[in-house]
Amino acid sequence: MFDADGTKRMQSQYPLLSMEAVRIGYGSHDKTNLAVEDVSFEVWAGEKVMLLGPSRCGKSILLKAIAGFIRPDGGVISFAGREDLRPGPDRAVVFQESDRLFPWRTVMDNVAYPLRVMGWDKDESEEKAGWYLKMTGLEDAADHFPHQLSGGMKQRTAIARALALDPLVLLMDEPFARLDAQTRNRLHGELNEMVLRTHVTVVFVTRSLQEALILGDRVVVLGRAPARVKEVVEVSGVTDPDSERFVCSRRQLRKLLADEIDGGRSL
Amino acid sequence: MNSVKSRRDTIVPKDAGKASRLRQVRLPATLRYAMLLAALLGLWQIYVTFVGQISLPGPLEVAGTLSEGWSGGRLAAATWVTLGTLALGMLIGAMIAVLLTIFAAWTRIGADLLMLLTFTLYPVPAIALLPLLILWFDTSPTSLVVVTVCSVTLPSAINLSAGLKSVNPTIMLVGQNLGLRGWGMFSAVLLPAALPHAVSGLRAGWASGWRTSIAAGLVFGVAGGWPTFFTNDAGDFLPAPELLAGLLTIAFAGILVEATFRLLERGTVVRWGMKVGRE
Repeated sequence: MFDADGTKRMQSQYPLLSMEAVRIGYGSHDKTNLAVEDVSFEVWAGEKVMLLGPSRCGKSILLKAIAGFIRPDGGVISFAGREDLRPGPDRAVVFQESDRLFPWRTVMDNVAYPLRVMGWDKDESEEKAGWYLKMTGLEDAADHFPHQLSGGMKQRTAIARALALDPLVLLMDEPFARLDAQTRNRLHGELNEMVLRTHVTVVFVTRSLQEALILGDRVVVLGRAPARVKEVVEVSGVTDPDSERFVCSRRQLRKLLADEIDGGRSL
Repeated sequence: MNSVKSRRDTIVPKDAGKASRLRQVRLPATLRYAMLLAALLGLWQIYVTFVGQISLPGPLEVAGTLSEGWSGGRLAAATWVTLGTLALGMLIGAMIAVLLTIFAAWTRIGADLLMLLTFTLYPVPAIALLPLLILWFDTSPTSLVVVTVCSVTLPSAINLSAGLKSVNPTIMLVGQNLGLRGWGMFSAVLLPAALPHAVSGLRAGWASGWRTSIAAGLVFGVAGGWPTFFTNDAGDFLPAPELLAGLLTIAFAGILVEATFRLLERGTVVRWGMKVGRE
């Protein structure tokens, strides 16, 4: 599980992120409707944790709470030793929609501007942005505006922007859901590569079993809304879709999800 | 687009009727407009030469008066004064619109105020305020500027506030994620995101302000001493050729300002792929 330079994963005895009995309600008045009910799990530095669940089960809301966009109504989210979470670039978010770049900035500026907000000077931030654009294969598109890019290139730009912030954790909300299968497969490979190079911790929301297995070290399986943790499955090293472990793990995950959906029907 | 058209042209059989062959002729848009304009001017000249029942001067006569009016400085003065009033009115109006919009975006009472103003004042043409303003400020430039401000502010504010409301919530989350708050968020995310609407608001404001400042200038011209397109120093209406020369000047000035807006859009919202509506 720990590769030669994966020391980051072992260096701490505390998890980077821990969710304890997190509860999130919605509704403008009393918040009696629960989107998330009693969710607990931990994410260790260097891990890739997948939040897998049926659509609209509350997994995106969970991610928004980690990002600090919403406050939980119960329980504790503790990140890097802090519990009062406001939005910040230490938890860089890659959103699902592929057009969440600033349309008025070039690809280069989309990646470099956030660095300038963080206090880097112009040359430094452009140099760093250039490095991340190169890593994501976008150096030729640096002067393009987002509307001139394909969906895959937009999402690569968003990933480059997020990684350039040197975040402690990369929060990804179904980033590849709207892309075509081929682009998605290629980006899966590229993301794995990038994570390996930057040692970034990843929390990744998905509905796809395949995606969860290819990208994840652990899969947190969530039940129907309101979200609860059904099971946490270890899938580290399961990446080859033809391997026996992959097929077994996929069967296990599918059964967990299917139970959830059937359980919903019988109610 | 062009290639599609030309491909369609080659498909049309060679013995197709004359009408369809005429439709096939592809000329640049400017040339087509120029030809159409020339034809209309020709018709006008023919009417004046051969029918001529009302006192309508021909295009050649008007052209002469136009160049005379410009070289003599009367039309130039009227144009600069009107455009100057408008520029000042737009500057003040746009600033009030921005303040009003910010107030409306951040407070409940501001939103209600904008809504109320929209409902009550929008149907009132700003020029209708002129008698009241003349009562307060006399026929001074102040009245002229104030009436222009009134006509510019509301259309701009309505568009700008619609623009702010239509800003995608996710892109604001992106801003928050970078740690932007308050003024930083406003200037780096909200304002550029709302720019397409802001530009069309400014455009609507200019159109309304231009009409108002010409109409108001006319009232002032009648009072005497104010350079307008239609009156002389004594406040009397000018003869027909000069009235038409004034109208043409208004059209040219309008085209010029529109072209400036297009240029502004091409450098910003069109370049960014954010242009709302057609084109």
